[in-house]
Amino acid sequence: MATFDMNDDSVVVVIGSGAGGGTLGAELAIKGVKTVILEAGGRHETDEFQNDEWGSFGQISWLDKRTTSGSWRVAKDFAGLPAWIVKAVGGSTTHWAGASLRFQEHEWKARTTYGDIAGASLLDWPIDMAEMDPWYAKAEDRMGVTRTNGIPGLPGNNNYKVFEAGAKKLGYKDVHTGRMAINSEPRDDRASCQQIGFCFQGCKTGAKWSTLVAEIPKGEATGNLEVRSNAQVLKIEHDDSGKVTGVLYADKDGKQHVQKARVVCVAGNSIESPRLLLNSASSKHPDGLANSSGMVGKNYMRHMTGSVYAVFEKPVHMYRGTTMAGIIQDESRHDPSRGFVGGYEMETLSLGLPFMAAFLDPGGWGKDFSWWMDNYENMAGMWLVGEDMPQEKNAITLHATEKDQHGLPVPNVHFDDHDNDIKMRDHAFGRGEAVYKAAGAVKTFRTPPYPSTHNLGTNRMSADAKDGVVNKHGQTHDIANLFVSDGSQFTTGAAENPTLTIVALALRQADFIAGEMSKGNL
Amino acid sequence: MNGHTNISRRTALKAAGAGLIVAGTGTGGLVYGHNHAWAATAENLDADTFATLVQMSRDTYPHDRLEDKFYAAAVSGLDKAAKDDGALKSMLTDGVAGLYKAAGGSYSGITDADKRTALLKAIENDGFFQKVRGNLVTGLYNNKEAWPLFGYEGASADKGGYLERGFDDINWL
Repeated sequence: MATFDMNDDSVVVVIGSGAGGGTLGAELAIKGVKTVILEAGGRHETDEFQNDEWGSFGQISWLDKRTTSGSWRVAKDFAGLPAWIVKAVGGSTTHWAGASLRFQEHEWKARTTYGDIAGASLLDWPIDMAEMDPWYAKAEDRMGVTRTNGIPGLPGNNNYKVFEAGAKKLGYKDVHTGRMAINSEPRDDRASCQQIGFCFQGCKTGAKWSTLVAEIPKGEATGNLEVRSNAQVLKIEHDDSGKVTGVLYADKDGKQHVQKARVVCVAGNSIESPRLLLNSASSKHPDGLANSSGMVGKNYMRHMTGSVYAVFEKPVHMYRGTTMAGIIQDESRHDPSRGFVGGYEMETLSLGLPFMAAFLDPGGWGKDFSWWMDNYENMAGMWLVGEDMPQEKNAITLHATEKDQHGLPVPNVHFDDHDNDIKMRDHAFGRGEAVYKAAGAVKTFRTPPYPSTHNLGTNRMSADAKDGVVNKHGQTHDIANLFVSDGSQFTTGAAENPTLTIVALALRQADFIAGEMSKGNL
Repeated sequence: MNGHTNISRRTALKAAGAGLIVAGTGTGGLVYGHNHAWAATAENLDADTFATLVQMSRDTYPHDRLEDKFYAAAVSGLDKAAKDDGALKSMLTDGVAGLYKAAGGSYSGITDADKRTALLKAIENDGFFQKVRGNLVTGLYNNKEAWPLFGYEGASADKGGYLERGFDDINWL
């Protein structure tokens, strides 16, 4: 692994090591670009991960202070925890379940397809399926996505079998064990899945793709990549010409350093990325860096989500095996006859007993709640994830008074469901219950959204500089050598789990940055 | 309990008498009281407050399959935290006193579980109730000794996962 000097202003600095930053940093290094990844969290290797929900939660979650507002139920149930994401090398790819789906063609053109939806700030992406297809193909190969590149699907576990039985009885056609970035056979020097469960807690065998196990080691092996962990970036600095020149960060002891940079790429997830741009305000950029549009932090999306759990007469043991290897895609189409625009995916999901107690019905108690816990062994579960509407009022802002451990304003996460989100959730709950009833469920339960794992849109991509923060390469409209490289670039959210698209965009962006550097444009 | 329990078997067990699988509870899910061994674990709260909190914990998340020791272990967490947290100690002590007042006597002395539940329902938005309930989410359900009683097997990586241990063994579909 390389080590670069703080004053080396020829390096690309990438802030964050998750799906966006970890992939971008490794790919730049592979292309011969000297790169420093600054990761706010620590480095926990595979053997340190825990098959223990709360233990792992304390080990890898982003638990720095955040506040919430708005009418979404998370603000009531988990007021200090708007998002369930990771602060560690690998970012939330250590926690993700592995679902790797491409956007559908129409989802790149949400404004054109869905029309003018009252209260929504829909926009078409400045890129489309034809542009992204080769990058998706490259991402799928890199990640070893099942059902692509000749890689077999994962075997179905008990939770999947119940889900599949119900789906088939209802006549759903597009039902399988998913396109998963989890090895169904050994590949890329990583083992195949042992059906451990605990995918959310960090994979104990490395069968699940993450930037920690798959990308960063490849980048480090080139000698062009340094990953500095426990390095939380506080501010991006710029010169009088408006170009960014480096970043100020705090190390594990709170000591501050400046790392000089030729290019800075922000990939801290959709809460921290806009927060950092806003916290980097200066006399030249009083509203924050790259914020001439006023869109930094706006249009926060989190996907329409919800879960359905069902109890059956006999045991399911849903927690055995992969957490999310099962999908019904029939409802992901755009079909306004259902009463809403966009679509949703239905995906198997299991929680262990401890998290079931916390998330099944937050705040719930009494005999009815206990009945569900008593029947944990006989329970099956699914997650519902669909496209939510971007709204300008849904936003990450700097808190007026609350400060973090470094003295910087904490982020507030405001979210109100759009009417379309509510209608879609109601529909999805109904279909999820129907699946389980068709499989013989005794009782079903509609579990409200968990703290957000899919945080999107707060530095959105736009053709026109007045509509968003970055152009079609993730380059900020305002500052040529400042990029955004995570899910905050998303113009709209689509129905699919976002990681594959974040990785594809990062690979594409690495190609662009390396090209611009060699042309002398950066 | 780690094996193939199903609803009808549970129901049968329950009908046959909770004593088969439950120790420490009497009729209506009532805990016996503060003269039992677990009450002696109270270190900072007085024994009656502790015992009432155990009863209240059982009434919040009633499970016939769980002995009182599981609820007492959860309440011990509050009891220990109360050592250096005067506000918490007051909240718990005053909360229990409030329950006594509402009950017109000993809360645990009410034999009808529905009546006790109604008293809790009346205070469910209070900080006191939420403290006791919130403590149970981890204090009760994250107790590894209780997991097998719910059919949850916990860590599996150290056993090689479930690939050869029943990840797809469902046979009733």
